[in-house]
Amino acid sequence: MASRLTRSNRAGWLFALPGFSLLFLFIIIPFFFAFWLSLTNQRLVSPNPAEFVGLENYRKLLSVAVVTLEPERDEAGQIERDSDGAIKYPRVRTITRNSDNPQYRGMGEWFRWHSGDNAKVVIASDVVFMKALTNTLIFALFIVPLQGGGALLLALLINQKLRGINAFRTIYFLPVVVSIVVISLLWRFIYDGDDGLLNSLLGMLSFGLFEPVDWLGRTDTALGSIIVMSAWQAVGFHMVIWLAGLQTISPTLYEAAAIEGSSRWQTFRYVTWPGLRNTAVLVLIVITMQAFALFAQINVMTNGGPLDSTQTLVFQAVERGYGKQDISGGSVISVVLFLLVLLISAVQGILTRERK
Amino acid sequence: MALVSAENRGLRLASRYATLIVVALVFMFPLVFMVVSSLKPDQQLLSDTSSLRAFLPVGDISLDNYYAAFERAPIGRFMLNSMFVTVTTVILSILLCSMAAFSFVFLEWRGRNVLLTVILATLIIPFETIAVPLLLFVSKLPWLGTDGVHWGWLNTYRVQIVPWIVDGLTIFLFVQFFKDLPRELIEAARVEGASWMMIYRRIVMPLSGPVLATAAILKCLKMYNDQYLWPLIVVQDEAHRPVMVGLGYFFQLQIAWGEVMAYLTLISVPVIAFYLIMQRAFISSIASTGVKG
Repeated sequence: MASRLTRSNRAGWLFALPGFSLLFLFIIIPFFFAFWLSLTNQRLVSPNPAEFVGLENYRKLLSVAVVTLEPERDEAGQIERDSDGAIKYPRVRTITRNSDNPQYRGMGEWFRWHSGDNAKVVIASDVVFMKALTNTLIFALFIVPLQGGGALLLALLINQKLRGINAFRTIYFLPVVVSIVVISLLWRFIYDGDDGLLNSLLGMLSFGLFEPVDWLGRTDTALGSIIVMSAWQAVGFHMVIWLAGLQTISPTLYEAAAIEGSSRWQTFRYVTWPGLRNTAVLVLIVITMQAFALFAQINVMTNGGPLDSTQTLVFQAVERGYGKQDISGGSVISVVLFLLVLLISAVQGILTRERK
Repeated sequence: MALVSAENRGLRLASRYATLIVVALVFMFPLVFMVVSSLKPDQQLLSDTSSLRAFLPVGDISLDNYYAAFERAPIGRFMLNSMFVTVTTVILSILLCSMAAFSFVFLEWRGRNVLLTVILATLIIPFETIAVPLLLFVSKLPWLGTDGVHWGWLNTYRVQIVPWIVDGLTIFLFVQFFKDLPRELIEAARVEGASWMMIYRRIVMPLSGPVLATAAILKCLKMYNDQYLWPLIVVQDEAHRPVMVGLGYFFQLQIAWGEVMAYLTLISVPVIAFYLIMQRAFISSIASTGVKG
């Protein structure tokens, strides 16, 4: 391809340099800066210069251990039970604060399960981070099929020849052009525990049988509520991408399928879906990337609560790095988040390539 | 027979439209609620949420919330700030990203492939992961003003504009588009002795309408709607605050929900209007990011 007409070192650099230097200054430098900061004890405002602390921040963030609690026994050696019949266990802090176990110092309970009469307790040095990590993964895991699948259904719905179909397409896309900050505030009214729109609707549909739920105020519904809202907001975006994919499939394939007498499901399974392969990969990657950046919804709707049930990695990174002025603490979460995104894109890359 | 099938077809058509309409309601109701509520006094707004009245402009309807909202916050200022930041960033972004992409696609120079790979690799860095280090970085950057050198970029327009000008996605969009332009055209112009600048301005840019629209629309949405976390941490003063951060004015001790709704309506209307006017361009923009990707 090299031709004397197009080779030009000087012009090449001159055209690329302004753009590249901005990218370098404002994305690449801060990116490596985050790695460096995560190895120090830098604070936003501090009288002392930052010190290099090595992997200490990572140890404080990522340490987990499993400890076993044996039931409390009375003098006769019988297992003690409370009034509900549940086994009584000693408190976790009898282990983490015991000077025999210096390695567990400062750790707290994350979750536990029972094995026989014993309780296995997973303790972590940074329980809030662990919750943020699992919440982020749960969010990504649920929003990918919900948003991607929902968008595909919408695309199939809108991809028919009907009068006025464009008006519907315009409406379905509408939430995409409204800021997620605005959307999140509006949905606080929908999810409100007393007279929220959702509770009123469910009450009407069930003729008053439905008990109002405080959707954002309960640990078991808050994250799910945010997942549904987030899927709703951006589903129109992915609908348009699916639609573009659908329109690249040759009509002759559908004609052939019709002549062969294939059912609607068969047509979808053997004509439509294979034609959407590349689109599916793109939708999958875009939704996953956005899922890991979850911040505004949390900031506007729940602030991570109730009881840390909606903490996310980005929310914690910002809260620590900016809110608590603990720059190194925020950076270490950022680096972990980045490595996670890298890992997941690599896995997705391999999985989607192999199938070709 | 024919009658029955015509009736069937009518029924099927009706059920299709019914589905489309129900889905449309699902996507519209929060926005209808927003606009309708902005016209109601607080007490009525809150009590109406228990019935369908929430979506109807009934009862004590007025523009009072809008007047009150303008009293409470310098809304005009916030809107101007956001629009200034958005327009400036979009223009500079299109210019610098298209120039870089032009160089990557049409020119051959040492280091080109490495640089392009680095740029595309930045696509997987979520902005949120670099927000805090970037904050530390920009708080110490110099700026040459008319009255000498200033240190620190906090509480300015430039801190909201400069870091957002160039991004991997915009460069990528231009690269994809330029690859499909006929190379013979460029080579012929070179033979004629045209400079690279001339080729960029007179040949490539005039052919780039579709990708310019795509890049501009995506950047507009990003700058106007999604600028929340970054200005939240780098802009504390009122004079430079954008619309999304301005919301904070309405969340002091006693939340006046009617005013909140009026404010939300005001800041959303410009984008929605822009979208409705240009909706073909919007949809085909998003679609074009997908087809080649």
